[in-house]
Amino acid sequence: MSGISEIARVTLVKDLRLEWRSKDAINSMLFFSLLVVVIFSFSFDPTAEESRRIAGGLVWVAFLFAAVVALNQTWARELRNQVLDAYRVSPAPANSLFLAKALGNFIFVTVLEALMTPLFIVFYNLRALGPAYQLFLVAVLGTWALVVNGTFFAAMSLRTRSREIMLPLLLFPISIPALLAMVEATTSILTGEFSAKFWIVLLVAYDVVFTTGCLLLFEVVLHGE
Amino acid sequence: MSDSPIITVNGLIKQFGRFAALRGVNATFAPGRLYAILGDNGAGKTTLLRSLAGLAPPTRGTISMLGTTKLRDVCAQLGYMAHPSLLYDEMSGMENLRYFARLYGITDRARCEGVIRAVKLDPALDRPVGQYSQGMRQRMSLARALLNDPRILLLDEPFSNVDVRSAREMSGLLRDLRDHGKTLFVVTHQASLLDGIADEFVWMESGQIVDRTPDLRRGGTA
Repeated sequence: MSGISEIARVTLVKDLRLEWRSKDAINSMLFFSLLVVVIFSFSFDPTAEESRRIAGGLVWVAFLFAAVVALNQTWARELRNQVLDAYRVSPAPANSLFLAKALGNFIFVTVLEALMTPLFIVFYNLRALGPAYQLFLVAVLGTWALVVNGTFFAAMSLRTRSREIMLPLLLFPISIPALLAMVEATTSILTGEFSAKFWIVLLVAYDVVFTTGCLLLFEVVLHGE
Repeated sequence: MSDSPIITVNGLIKQFGRFAALRGVNATFAPGRLYAILGDNGAGKTTLLRSLAGLAPPTRGTISMLGTTKLRDVCAQLGYMAHPSLLYDEMSGMENLRYFARLYGITDRARCEGVIRAVKLDPALDRPVGQYSQGMRQRMSLARALLNDPRILLLDEPFSNVDVRSAREMSGLLRDLRDHGKTLFVVTHQASLLDGIADEFVWMESGQIVDRTPDLRRGGTA
């Protein structure tokens, strides 16, 4: 049997190909985030100093909501024609599917962040007073924290009747520690008032714990009813 | 060919909430035979097939397949075709098969081309499956089930939406597979297509096997 990584690779390539052809996830995420940026910019008229204080929260809440759109799409395409059953009857390991889906979502959300961050900077007149390179670290760790749990809970809510409602209900409470770390770290880097090190370490710990937990439990989720 | 059962089903009960789709199925199935599973809608045919595929774990009872009750251990020996196509609409038939082949560790493109030709489709057809006719989709779905050269084939309504000529070609293919030693379970409402081909007709009613006959006439013993 092929290794976990090889099956994860071909599944990821397949997902990227499907997304490239349908653009279901990326289009929905982009329009949603764009709306959030524009509506927030009309709702508030902050000074540069106020922007630095609230931007961390605004940015990450916008990305969290947008990520939910992508997470629902990822599994929805496995339900059309019940394709997921073809995976379930194969000897391919469950973890390969989970890794491929999580990496795919990570790529989609990262693309979204890369496209939306310049808009946030322009609309909110942002400039980092702390070490800006740490924002990259926070973005990578924070995005993984969102998608790893999101991918897992989206799979869990697949067989529920109102899965689009169920996913945020499961995902948001469990994401609070990560979201808090992401917002606090971003705010500290933008304002330069305190070190983001503690929050970055918290994000690393969060990612390690939840990635391990999801990998251990995903087989039960995939083969359960 | 050995006559010891390839599958033994013992007291199989499958409940969905309070509804029992299977109510104590007991049966043994010999290798190298083609079983046609017949019955009205809601008789439990599809649930039995899904249970054999490991997709609907028993509420009670056991399924022993190829000498083990751990169906995950023998899933590489199994081919499953469901009523939906189990194919990605946005990808071509070949792209779909290349992907599913990798799940079984098959990297050989020729194997994918071979099964596509076996179901009388063109491997070079690069249209997405979503643009196929229903009949073509059914045949591509059968090709997917054949990819891993399984010993046991579980086919749910393989002839539905297929024109008469293609359905006869498909039943001929199923006969050839049986003649090559495969064990086939075919759920169908078009039993006449398997008349003279199936070794046994398994009749289901209300979640139970009520009769097993060598031909399409009822009245044998269960």
